[in-house]
Amino acid sequence: MAKGVWIVAEQRYGAYRKISFELVSAARKLADQLGEEVGAILLGSGIEGIAGELGKYGADKVYVADNALFEPYTTDAHAAAIAKLVKEQNPSILLLGASAQGKDLSSRLVGKLATGMATDCVDLKIADGKLISIRPMYAGKCNGEIVVSAFPQMASLRPNVFPAVEKPKTAEVVKFDPGLDPGQLKTKVLEVQKDTSGKVDLTEANVIVSGGRGMKGPEGYGILEELADVLGATVGASRAAVDAGWRPQKDQVGQTGKVVSPNLYIACGISGAIQHLAGMGSSKYIVAINKDPDAPIFARADYGIVDDLFKVVPELTKEVKKLLA
Amino acid sequence: MNIVACVKQVPDTEAAIKVKPDGSGIEEAGIKWVMNPYDEFGVEEALKLKEKFGGDVTIVSVGPARALETIRTALAMGADKGIHINDPALEGADAYNIAAALAAAIKGIPHDIIFCGQRAIDDDAGQVGSVLAEFLGIPQVTFVTKLDVEGASIKVIRPIEGAQLLIQSSLPCVVTAQKGLNEPRYASLPGIMKAKKKPVDVKDAAGLGVTVAPKAKIAKTLPPPARPPGKIICGEEPAEKARELAKLLREEAKVI
Ligand SMILES: Cc1cc2nc3c(=O)[nH]c(=O)nc-3n(C[C@H](O)[C@H](O)[C@H](O)COP(=O)(O)OP(=O)(O)OC[C@H]3O[C@@H](n4cnc5c(N)ncnc54)[C@H](O)[C@@H]3O)c2cc1C
Ligand SMILES: Cc1cc2nc3c(=O)[nH]c(=O)nc-3n(C[C@H](O)[C@H](O)[C@H](O)COP(=O)(O)OP(=O)(O)OC[C@H]3O[C@@H](n4cnc5c(N)ncnc54)[C@H](O)[C@@H]3O)c2cc1C
Repeated sequence: MAKGVWIVAEQRYGAYRKISFELVSAARKLADQLGEEVGAILLGSGIEGIAGELGKYGADKVYVADNALFEPYTTDAHAAAIAKLVKEQNPSILLLGASAQGKDLSSRLVGKLATGMATDCVDLKIADGKLISIRPMYAGKCNGEIVVSAFPQMASLRPNVFPAVEKPKTAEVVKFDPGLDPGQLKTKVLEVQKDTSGKVDLTEANVIVSGGRGMKGPEGYGILEELADVLGATVGASRAAVDAGWRPQKDQVGQTGKVVSPNLYIACGISGAIQHLAGMGSSKYIVAINKDPDAPIFARADYGIVDDLFKVVPELTKEVKKLLA
Repeated sequence: MNIVACVKQVPDTEAAIKVKPDGSGIEEAGIKWVMNPYDEFGVEEALKLKEKFGGDVTIVSVGPARALETIRTALAMGADKGIHINDPALEGADAYNIAAALAAAIKGIPHDIIFCGQRAIDDDAGQVGSVLAEFLGIPQVTFVTKLDVEGASIKVIRPIEGAQLLIQSSLPCVVTAQKGLNEPRYASLPGIMKAKKKPVDVKDAAGLGVTVAPKAKIAKTLPPPARPPGKIICGEEPAEKARELAKLLREEAKVI
């Protein structure tokens, strides 16, 4: 019988991505309810030394395969190795991050393992020994409970939603043979072009300051950058701003942009169209600054200011600076 | 170069979505149906490659009778022919089963590149492209924002957190399209006229040799978690409001 709650850890060049700890913590909670173990899979090159760290968040076992072909990530290499191990060990639940890598890998694993997956989940629970995965549907207009009838029951978790909670265990590190055949690798990363802004990616940011058509033009973003600097935030944008060419595509939040889940999302000059809300509705706190009191964004905001953003934002920057001084 | 583009018909995002009382799906009355926006990028890229290298563009869609309109839209944009997989057993089926049906149809036709959207904006599963690639035993490159063909391989750009990757893949390959790949064209009037005469094959699961065996289902649909009502911050001057907001964020929400 399938047993165990497993996760696929994510790392780049020997450094964990935060989602790895969120995954282990979420798995720990489920495993405690089921009375089962938490297993983590870690693939990379020169990563054996970091395997034990997952114990800090409650992993019982970490399955490690160390191979130069795993760095940088390619679907072929990772999916083949993970599918092989999962078929041998037969865990009941398999969780990945709904990150750039996790989305690519998890969907391929659905095919390789002939199972089902709930995508981009915001909550998980156990009922009658089965995993129930909760995910926003129809652009966040409702939530659905997804049940997977095959094994492993797969779910991908929205980054920044599940808290990483320390629950120290001494994780047993188990090396496994990934059985890689270089001849089967059909894709290759030729180049990694790093973003040099030094800013955290929107999908991983704790605080986002976002601007829409109300910013009036690319120059308008200066005041948002200043506020973002004080808050250690990343700047986002609505589609209207991206389509106008004021901000790059990678900054777009929403249904056809990024799905973000920061602790704090400050929407400036954004009306709150359903497609925008679809991308940021699961933020923990939402602030809206808009001069139109009837803008739909206020219906979703925890705090709202009805006023001219060009007057409010610089003042807010000053006030935050004072508070953090 | 022979290209396949998979398209899903989805409700227009402006549509007010009402979930059926039994949670089994949505009320379809009054909904305007459109091509999944990410699939438009796939169709556009397919047409550009055809213009450059020649060959055929085939559109494949799984869906009820109304999905034919979306296939016709792609044909009107310039695609050559369509395959319409229409089977009640595939209505609301999970990604694995949808991909199985698509794979069965695509196996029978020449394909160098298969385009899918990175996700369908109605159910947002974001799985079909990769599962399809697995069924066909070919590589995938997902979330692609730029594509170049070089001999028997492609080079693509895929954005990830904090970086962009330049990836090379052998052909045939599944490419999932992300916004930024191109600007989809509109169907021209002559295009729409021509599309009416282009061939569309209709198939069902049995005809494709596919048995539908569900892997995932929606057990329940719930209203989104209630958010406590928001606070509108009052004050005379912008500065006063800003001060109050900063205080609330620090002391009440504790997020700064
Ligand atoms: C298929 C599809 C997909 C889409 N995907 C996305 C997506 O991913 N992301 C997205 O954002 N949108 C998306 N959209 C577009 C969406 O419908 C809206 O058009 C868009 O979000 C509007 O952007 P906005 O709020 O910046 O602009 P507007 O709706 O024009 O709002 C501007 C706001 O700024 C306020 N304002 C103006 N001046 C000031 C000032 N001086 N001070 C304070 N407030 C001011 C106005 O009151 C107004 O509320 C999509 C649409 C479709 C059809
Ligand atoms: C509200 C809701 C939530 C759901 N959640 C899940 C879930 O979490 N997991 C799950 O497995 N299933 C889910 N389903 C089932 C779902 O309807 C799908 O048919 C199936 O999972 C594919 O997912 P998708 O449509 O989101 O496609 P995606 O995988 O997001 O689609 C990616 C691309 O695949 C191609 N494609 C997808 N569908 C078709 C099609 N019918 N014809 C041609 N090309 C297509 C398109 O190119 C599309 O851009 C859900 C259904 C509903 C109604």
